[in-house]
Amino acid sequence: MNENVLAQGRTAAKGGWLHYFANPGRFLRIVQPALPWLAALSLMLTVTGIVWGYEFAPADWQQGNAVRIMYVHVPAAWVAMAGYAALAICSFFSIVWRHPLADIAAEEIAPIGAGFTALCLVSGSLWGKPMWGAYWVWDARLTSVLILFFLYLGHIALVRAFDNKAHGYRAGAILALVGAINLPIIVFSVQWWNTLHQGNTISLIGPSKIYITMLYPLLVSTLGFYLSFITMVCTAICAAINERKTSALLLAAAERAP
Amino acid sequence: MRTPKKRRLTIVLISGLCLAAATGLMLAAFSSTLTYFLSPRQVEIKHPRVGMDFRLGGIVQAGTVHTDVKNGTPTTLFRVTDGRASVPVTYTGVLPDLFREGQGVVAIGAMTKGGTFAASEVLAKHGAAYMPRDVEQALKEAGKWNPRFGPPPPASEWNDMSVKGNNS
Repeated sequence: MNENVLAQGRTAAKGGWLHYFANPGRFLRIVQPALPWLAALSLMLTVTGIVWGYEFAPADWQQGNAVRIMYVHVPAAWVAMAGYAALAICSFFSIVWRHPLADIAAEEIAPIGAGFTALCLVSGSLWGKPMWGAYWVWDARLTSVLILFFLYLGHIALVRAFDNKAHGYRAGAILALVGAINLPIIVFSVQWWNTLHQGNTISLIGPSKIYITMLYPLLVSTLGFYLSFITMVCTAICAAINERKTSALLLAAAERAP
Repeated sequence: MRTPKKRRLTIVLISGLCLAAATGLMLAAFSSTLTYFLSPRQVEIKHPRVGMDFRLGGIVQAGTVHTDVKNGTPTTLFRVTDGRASVPVTYTGVLPDLFREGQGVVAIGAMTKGGTFAASEVLAKHGAAYMPRDVEQALKEAGKWNPRFGPPPPASEWNDMSVKGNNS
């Protein structure tokens, strides 16, 4: 009897830390005051990275000035994939632990992630025309990123397609988790198959094939893009929580009224 | 203790494993059609039918590019190689700016009866190395790399090359 109570107490404490941060009200109290600072920092880093890349970084030996599209294209592509990973993680928490904050986060991540994916596709296409000689080719890398874009769009539509919000969240979470299989395909497509898109330049395990004066602005720009994504998502989540709180208060007031 | 959470966790993990296995098998089965282009070696093995459109990819072999201009339209003859085999290619029209000896290209077209690949379109496939012009010059002068014969040496050899007139 005593043991049983102890064991139950322990599991509750173990799950406690997870639920501590999954509380929408607590999220609002912690994150909302930080938003202006996050926004200022991400704007500063993004502008620094892009101005550095477009004005001061050297031109490439074979691509000339067209290489500067890299300072937008590459960070946008990384954020598009990281955003989808975040969407899949939120969906996982939503399905297994039914956290309301995970549902809100998934709903707000998808449109922003889709925006970054569109930016990646458009900038890549503008880069492809002068360098490869074609705006679009159906190679494995380009096609898998286009599928990523469609997965984002599908998630946006599916979450909003049900009268009962909970059903929409459940269906969206399943789509996001199934679509996560596309992420390793995007990453390894240039290694598994012959593609027109070149292989990886930046490698976490080996040396990167990029000169340092071009690498630094790329890293600053990447950091700026990541922070911008986080800022946008946090702002959207805070707005969504505030919206739910307001409508709940209005509903309660309407019910109290004689 | 089987709580609903643990049950859901098990279901999600098992479905994830099944999905990953199914996708892996599917990609493995379709891997030959997912390839954007055939290399000269694959062309030699597969012998694509004369007149059947496919994409040929590889490096423009050094010293094989000849251009004839007739009525203002250039016709270029070159060989595409992957180091083990090479295929002769003809193309009429203006080539992309990045076309040069040692550059990766993807040509779209079909084999002719004479064993030549008649390209209707040529795309340039640039490498994954990014470096300023000065570094490229320094590498060439140091005899470490000639762009006509393939990709640059590992970055560890050129990332400390001096940059003249570096403005950043």
